[in-house]
Amino acid sequence: MKPLTTVDGLVVPLDRSNVDTDAIIPKQYLKSVKRTGFGPNLFDDWRYLDPGEPGMDHSKRRINPDFVLNDPHYWGAEILLARKNFGCGSSREHAVWALTDYGIRVVIAPSFADIFFSNSFKNGLLPIVLDEAVVDRLFAEVSATPGYRLNVDLAAQTVTTPSGEAIPFEVGEFHKHCLLNGLDDIALTLEHADDIRAYEQRRRAEAPWLFR
Amino acid sequence: MTGKTLYDKLWDAHVVRTEADGTALLYIDRHLVHEVTSPQAFEGLRLAGRRPWRTDTVLAVPDHNVPTTHRDQGISDPVSRVQVETLDANVHEFGITFFPMTDVRQGIVHVIGPEQGATLPGMTVVCGDSHTSTHGAFGALAFGIGTSEVEHVLATQCLLQKKMKNMLVSVDGQVGPGVTAKDIVLAIIGEIGTAGGTGYAIEFGGDAIRALSVEGRMTVCNMAIEAGARAGMVAVDDTTISYVKGRAYAPTDELWDKAVAAWREFKSDPDAAFDRVVHIDAAGIAPQVSWGTSPEMVVPVTGRVPDPDEAGDPVKASGMKRALEYMGLEANTPVNQIAIDKVFIGSCTNSRIEDLRAAADVVRGRRVADNVKLAMVVPGSGLVKRQAEEEGLDKVFLEAGFEWREPGCSMCLAMNADRLESGERCASTSNRNFEGRQGQGGRTHLVSPAMAAAAAVTGHFTDVRDLTPPPG
Repeated sequence: MKPLTTVDGLVVPLDRSNVDTDAIIPKQYLKSVKRTGFGPNLFDDWRYLDPGEPGMDHSKRRINPDFVLNDPHYWGAEILLARKNFGCGSSREHAVWALTDYGIRVVIAPSFADIFFSNSFKNGLLPIVLDEAVVDRLFAEVSATPGYRLNVDLAAQTVTTPSGEAIPFEVGEFHKHCLLNGLDDIALTLEHADDIRAYEQRRRAEAPWLFR
Repeated sequence: MTGKTLYDKLWDAHVVRTEADGTALLYIDRHLVHEVTSPQAFEGLRLAGRRPWRTDTVLAVPDHNVPTTHRDQGISDPVSRVQVETLDANVHEFGITFFPMTDVRQGIVHVIGPEQGATLPGMTVVCGDSHTSTHGAFGALAFGIGTSEVEHVLATQCLLQKKMKNMLVSVDGQVGPGVTAKDIVLAIIGEIGTAGGTGYAIEFGGDAIRALSVEGRMTVCNMAIEAGARAGMVAVDDTTISYVKGRAYAPTDELWDKAVAAWREFKSDPDAAFDRVVHIDAAGIAPQVSWGTSPEMVVPVTGRVPDPDEAGDPVKASGMKRALEYMGLEANTPVNQIAIDKVFIGSCTNSRIEDLRAAADVVRGRRVADNVKLAMVVPGSGLVKRQAEEEGLDKVFLEAGFEWREPGCSMCLAMNADRLESGERCASTSNRNFEGRQGQGGRTHLVSPAMAAAAAVTGHFTDVRDLTPPPG
């Protein structure tokens, strides 16, 4: 996994609550057996006016000019500003892969769905929870300020606005450590292989029907 | 000292070790695998030169991409076919138990796990699928995971998890006739909202839940995720134990007795403390119909489509307006005046034998209405299909004008050929009414199997309680 330390990036606002993972990456693209290549289909149903299928040349499709990602002002955005319960629905990690493949590295929202939240950390995408009032204010600032950028510092746990205001955010120690160092958590877990074996030995005695 | 909740007990029994920040290494007893969320995980194992930790805990089945017609001809969509073939190759390479499309035991992963007794009380059960919460109906800790976590479980038999908070949803009293598990869970989601359970494990309790069959409890737990909770669960009782007994993967003889004694403990202690408790009056629940594009957008069939102008909160009102526009509905329309184009009876929420019986009871002696272009029944597994055929349910559906299909996820998420066309309106027994879920531009209304059947035979949403018994 690529480490994430700081992101100084353009912000794209997606002003909808309960954005589900079906909207982030529609089902037809889940047929891929790869982890890459989902970026052109991020928010596919909202982004294009014609239906999309895997294998198409998506650059030739009709784009929806009213969708925020198609506004040239937001091209190259690395920070997605979203509303509450972002990433609800299906467990598809493809949703995270579509965001990262598009170039998004941070999502800021008042709340996230649990599975999306944990999938993000496995892929170098930082989900930041901020108070609803703060998120409201950021939405207002983004729409009032062309080229609005935020500076995210994971080590310091701050989001800094163009005016220099540093907004603190919470992140779990373990998630932070893995993200800052780009660590593979399977390797970390396997360092505790002896603990897992000891658990299994104990459990086999208690609940032998689980080991047949 | 206060007692423990069911979730506390399940959690404590599976913690291998805990980090300073509370992140625990949680042991996984059962890992269910399907073709959509596993290929990248197997590829990850290969790239790192790792082998699965315990292949005997893994059970794999293709369900999302499989066709529901002409099975003998294989999968015509080449992209879907590659995905199913990739699962086939992976299970062979890594030595994993597999029910291929041609096996009578094949079906939706959340139907076949319980059906085979691969899901047992007291277990931790995971799958790269959010509806894994279904298995919590057995007093198990079951939750959906992403593909990186699928790889992590394959490689280590464990997951890194933080403990969730405890919520009790108590459905008090008894539901009236015609009101099913699906109506109960839709009413719960309508009450607590689609993010109401975020950060919680929900235990469903109360007399109305106790009175449900295991199939009904699975329907309720299945949709815990639609209320935001990764895990839903119901305490173990006699209903649970008699369901499990005699199933292929269930213990037998002395081991059975020992297991049952242990499983009886998987219930919340009387003095257990919950972080949040919600009470729902069962008698007040009518058959439910979702009207919008989130499962929380639900009303009783006796009600009307809500009015955004009465929402109060501007963010909520704008979401409602967008949903009404997508759904092609006017505010204040009586629900029973909404006509439908298609009917889908199936999915991991409602494709078990009990669901098919409930739908058949409504359909028997009636015909699918003329304005309904397609009404289909997709059994949850080959074994459900076989049992339904033994009971003659297939004939009831076919004579009424329904299609009787092969098992799989089908039009719940429309990854195979079964889908809505843009603008089509569907009465669906599935779990998600998101935009485009059943096909781009498709309009999904979530209902129970009996309500889907009632809509099929009348052509619009109809209170199943108002249908007179069919002739004969």
